[in-house]
Amino acid sequence: MSVKQVSVFLENKPGTLDALTKVLADHRINIRALSLADTNDFGIVRMLVDDVYEATNVLKEENFAATFTPVLIYKISDETGSLQKLLQRFTEANVNIEYMYAFAGKKDAYMIFRVTDTKAAEARLVSKGLRSLTDEELAEV
Amino acid sequence: MGRYFQEEIERAPLEKIREWQNEKLLRQVKHVWDNVPYYRNKMIEAGVTVEDIKSLDDLHKLPFLTKADLKAAYPYGLLAVPLRDCVRIQSTSGTTGKRVVAFYTQEDIDMWEDCTARAIVAAGGTNEDVCQVSYGYGLFTGGPGLDGGSHKVGCLTIPTSSGNTERQIMFIMDLSATILCCTPSYAAYLGETMREMGYGPDDIPLKIGIFGAEAWSEEMRRDIEKTLGIKAYDIYGLTEISGPGVSFECEEQRGMHINEDHFIAEIINPETGEVLPEGTQGELVFTSLDKKAFPLLRYRTRDICTLTREKCSCGRTHVRMTKPKGRSDDMLIIRGVNVFPSQIETVLMNNGYAANYQIIVGRVNNTDTLDVKVEMTSDMFTDNVGEIQARKKVLEDGMRSMLGIKAKVTLVAPKSIARSEGKAVRVIDNRKI
Repeated sequence: MSVKQVSVFLENKPGTLDALTKVLADHRINIRALSLADTNDFGIVRMLVDDVYEATNVLKEENFAATFTPVLIYKISDETGSLQKLLQRFTEANVNIEYMYAFAGKKDAYMIFRVTDTKAAEARLVSKGLRSLTDEELAEV
Repeated sequence: MGRYFQEEIERAPLEKIREWQNEKLLRQVKHVWDNVPYYRNKMIEAGVTVEDIKSLDDLHKLPFLTKADLKAAYPYGLLAVPLRDCVRIQSTSGTTGKRVVAFYTQEDIDMWEDCTARAIVAAGGTNEDVCQVSYGYGLFTGGPGLDGGSHKVGCLTIPTSSGNTERQIMFIMDLSATILCCTPSYAAYLGETMREMGYGPDDIPLKIGIFGAEAWSEEMRRDIEKTLGIKAYDIYGLTEISGPGVSFECEEQRGMHINEDHFIAEIINPETGEVLPEGTQGELVFTSLDKKAFPLLRYRTRDICTLTREKCSCGRTHVRMTKPKGRSDDMLIIRGVNVFPSQIETVLMNNGYAANYQIIVGRVNNTDTLDVKVEMTSDMFTDNVGEIQARKKVLEDGMRSMLGIKAKVTLVAPKSIARSEGKAVRVIDNRKI
């Protein structure tokens, strides 16, 4: 099951990330994982949060451009070679990764993938024995 | 050749100029009344007929023409002769993407080229000169206008057109060009480039520059004169009236003589349309007296300036205008090109964006820059960097083809563009002119 990630547009200037996180903090929204894509004149923040709908609503109210994006999350053990093993399966399933980032849970590590054609990619990954985390599972780690 | 291209006209006493204007105006009003239903209807609406215009003193009774009229009558509504008598068009950008198309008979082109020839001679040009025309050739009036004048003066003409700086410099140096015609910002750029290449003012064969089509300051003039080792002269004109050469600077470099045998200049209050006395600042209005194909009567230029009849030491008697000090509409002149905020708005709307934008005009190294800030919206936002950049490029390409010059688009946060009293501040012009 894919999970919804919040993507937010940021201008490339001081203070914008601060303003974004303040909105989330003020609304008691917890950021589970975060990555930042930067270009010459703008950035996109991608986040997993504990309440994706509330986060998107309050961000829009505060004049941020925000959108949902489906991503796939996989658990890997915290040991050498585990990421490579996972990625090898992506290769075998011919899944193209657009970007990826990671976060550490209490015990294991979690990789977040944005892939081309999420639904089809996920089906092919399932056939390779890979199962991505659901929202409920994500909330527990 | 002396200091005048057409001495008898350029030094004619004021009474003589008035006599010509009087005679030509009556002829021109009749020509328009008979051949341009669009303007005839405007006259009728204003309660004037051709019989009411008995002399120059009745000029103020005629209705004004504006850019909106050119748009409404586009393309043929103001044409006053059969197409078989026309030999060319020139064109410039209009208010909302519709271009202004002006028509010329061979006589119209001849008259226009006389005007630019007067400008070249007034700047010191003779048939001994080598004149490089680095204005764009094509729909823009700059290249064709100065090219024609240069031929009339008898200069060896180098029609380089705009762009390709390396080749421009090669011709200036190899053919010992003595006159350069282009926009002042391009002259400044050429000067900078030549200096970087190690050419000092004494190495550069140029003596005279004839620069127009955009605003430039006295400071910029001194800069260009120093770098290139030339005297730089301003030239003014507009496609609607003919092109460059409607007025030009003489050796005094203090205001531009308007070719009054071809054009009547008035200064009006842009709010009320009332004609203002000489020496008062206001909007410049032209009536073209000799144009056959596209004879505009009382055309509002939207340029704000002042006229003076103070005696000029060059001996010319025609009235002088100051450099335009601004506009009575929102038109911007960027790198010599007319830009209306509404054109940028049109590009945004055509691509499905709201009209939340801000235009920032600057000047870096004497060259104008155009930045357009566009507000990102949740609708157009996507998680994909490449897609956002592609959308940005679509806007930049759209603006380039609408405006004819490059604009840099910057995406900014929603509702981040300053709004004053509910209305966004659309244009910030940081140029010090």
